[in-house]
Amino acid sequence: MRRTLLTGNGAAAWGARLAEADYVPAFPITPQTEIIEALAGWSERGEMAGRVVTLDSEHSMLTAAAAAAATGVRVFTATSSQGLLYGMEMIYTAPGWRAPFVMVNVSRALASPITLEADHNDILAARDSGFLQIHCATCQEVLDSVLMAYRLAEHPQVRLPAIVNLDGFYLSFTREPVVIPDQEQVRRFLPPFDPGNVAFRADRPASQAALVLGGSLYSYFRYEAHLATLQALTAYEEVAQAFEREMGRRYPAVEAYRAEDAEYIFFLMGAYATKAKDAVNRLRERGMRIGVVRPRLLRPYPARILQELLRGRRAVAVIDQNLSMGMGGILYSELASALYGMKDAPMLVSYIGGLGGRDISTEELFTMAAQTREAADAGVTPEPRLLYTAAELREVRKMQTIAGSKLPGHMEGKNDE
Amino acid sequence: MFRIRFHGRGGQGMKTAANLLSRAFFLEGYEIQDAPRYGSERRGAPIFAYVRADREPILERGAITRPDLILVADDSLIHNPSAGVLQNVNSRTVLLIHSEVPGEVWKDRLQFPGTIIGLPLSAVARSGAQIPVVSASCTGAAAGLVGVIRRETLEPALREELTRLGESVIAQNLETALSAYDAMQPYAGCVKEGGALSAEDYAPPDWIEIPYEDSTISAPVIYRTATSEQIQTGLWRTRRPLIDYSHCNRCSWVCSTFCPDSAIHVDPDRTPHIDYEHCKGCMICLAVCPPHAIYMEKEQPAPIEGGAR
Repeated sequence: MRRTLLTGNGAAAWGARLAEADYVPAFPITPQTEIIEALAGWSERGEMAGRVVTLDSEHSMLTAAAAAAATGVRVFTATSSQGLLYGMEMIYTAPGWRAPFVMVNVSRALASPITLEADHNDILAARDSGFLQIHCATCQEVLDSVLMAYRLAEHPQVRLPAIVNLDGFYLSFTREPVVIPDQEQVRRFLPPFDPGNVAFRADRPASQAALVLGGSLYSYFRYEAHLATLQALTAYEEVAQAFEREMGRRYPAVEAYRAEDAEYIFFLMGAYATKAKDAVNRLRERGMRIGVVRPRLLRPYPARILQELLRGRRAVAVIDQNLSMGMGGILYSELASALYGMKDAPMLVSYIGGLGGRDISTEELFTMAAQTREAADAGVTPEPRLLYTAAELREVRKMQTIAGSKLPGHMEGKNDE
Repeated sequence: MFRIRFHGRGGQGMKTAANLLSRAFFLEGYEIQDAPRYGSERRGAPIFAYVRADREPILERGAITRPDLILVADDSLIHNPSAGVLQNVNSRTVLLIHSEVPGEVWKDRLQFPGTIIGLPLSAVARSGAQIPVVSASCTGAAAGLVGVIRRETLEPALREELTRLGESVIAQNLETALSAYDAMQPYAGCVKEGGALSAEDYAPPDWIEIPYEDSTISAPVIYRTATSEQIQTGLWRTRRPLIDYSHCNRCSWVCSTFCPDSAIHVDPDRTPHIDYEHCKGCMICLAVCPPHAIYMEKEQPAPIEGGAR
């Protein structure tokens, strides 16, 4: 065991190395590239036994990952954003093969317009695919979650691929102290994959994921995949306990921070959750009983745990770093569906922010806390708020003026020619 | 918590400087967080990196908005608005500029509210062929200024971060870092840890309701052509190509065709002209000119008045 400094990307690569992945099909994309660079370097220098192969696209990469997983070897891969979307046909296809592997996604907002920085619309596009999803808030959690994801995905009751998600820039390029466990320690937690029937061989041909017509057969397989995903809720608990026993770090499916006596809750996922914790510490100094609830496991959705954690609170500020066009925040609507009809359900106040890497400042978190308290006092749920400041809009006006947009006179920026 | 920002250009080693400093803090028992920030990165373009260091686990994230210490690799960045060197400075901020111009002069010029220290570039950094690499100098100076990093910690910090570059690079960088550390001893400990933001006394965000606007305005379309001309990429240049017209044979096309930024224009009489507002100093023209009529000079450190070139 060694405590050193790693970026989120470095931590993801160490996770794959310590899991002793046999095969890593890869395709580079900012901000994920460092992960496959690190793995390729280790493989080249013989420090990692697994084979790293670059493919011609994310679609091929995912096909290679799922096909290799179907032979019963341990597979790791990684992508981000547009790459994830390019592989989307296989993202939805692979879980149906019921062959486990782990993919890291480094969240980056989607085009258009194009950017490099983080939000969660990329990973949420894979929400309904059948991949398990674990979302990380620190670099340590990235390394640990890759190890946990293997054990969860390979669990005999689950047998589904898993995605571990980390935020671009805020984790991918940010270094933090990370404990790198010893290989022996990892082997005790994560023994070699026992593939059982997941053992496709050329000399024992089988037809993987056959054509089914008529609906009934199709429904059966889809329902079974859904039920297997739900099994992962129970399996997760087992995996988290085993991980804590071996490594001493506890990762519940839903993290609750200073929430025991909290009347108010910030609800969000990803790296910004640590900022919310910081705001909670400051707000508690001023007497506000507030905490953070953060789903780590998003698929399967830990609805019962959330019901237990949020019952009886006055109000929850749900911060969505994503936007479902024409609907609003995805975490908000999922949480609302989990709490609907529950006795003593809290008021939910919806905030959309952090799109394309936009910061959510501590001052904004303070203001959300204050508004959420006011809303609870008044008993009136406010409209969802799209976080944006007057200063930001002024900057947009300048750019629009340069771009030659036909702005009405009162909107023009100072730089007009 | 210490909140420290490094400003420089792509290629000057700001990411490395942040890595070296955070490693030194880490070896002294601090929790740290470091990260570089850049867009579509290019050598010569302004970038910044930051370090947070605290005795407690660090929960803050993202760019530093209340800096305790800012280190500037090269004084030509001060007047480059896109570098954002002076963003969010306050009376507690210490600003260290690598510059031949003394700190007091900078303080007066910038009407800076905090402390400014000038540090001349070391001979080693200046001798660098292209962009002066100032990571080790930044790290040594920062370590000296915060007053909680021991001199002997710099060596293991550099060794850990720079192993793959080999012994001679480590030795050279260590010498630079130690000399910057020593030069800062008169100011040792002048950088103080900043506190946490109060949840009672803070400036609330100026949130607005974002208005609906029709697609003639709100689609991300650039209607105007050649808007990239407005970005003065010439500010990224650290070396300047110059044409010796007595040797130019007026071929009319080689330098202008190979210039990747279309920054060489040719007159009807076949005389080429370099557009220094946009030339990034890649020196491809110098390499391809058949009669070797293009030569190179180092860009001078910042002209204080009147800017762009």
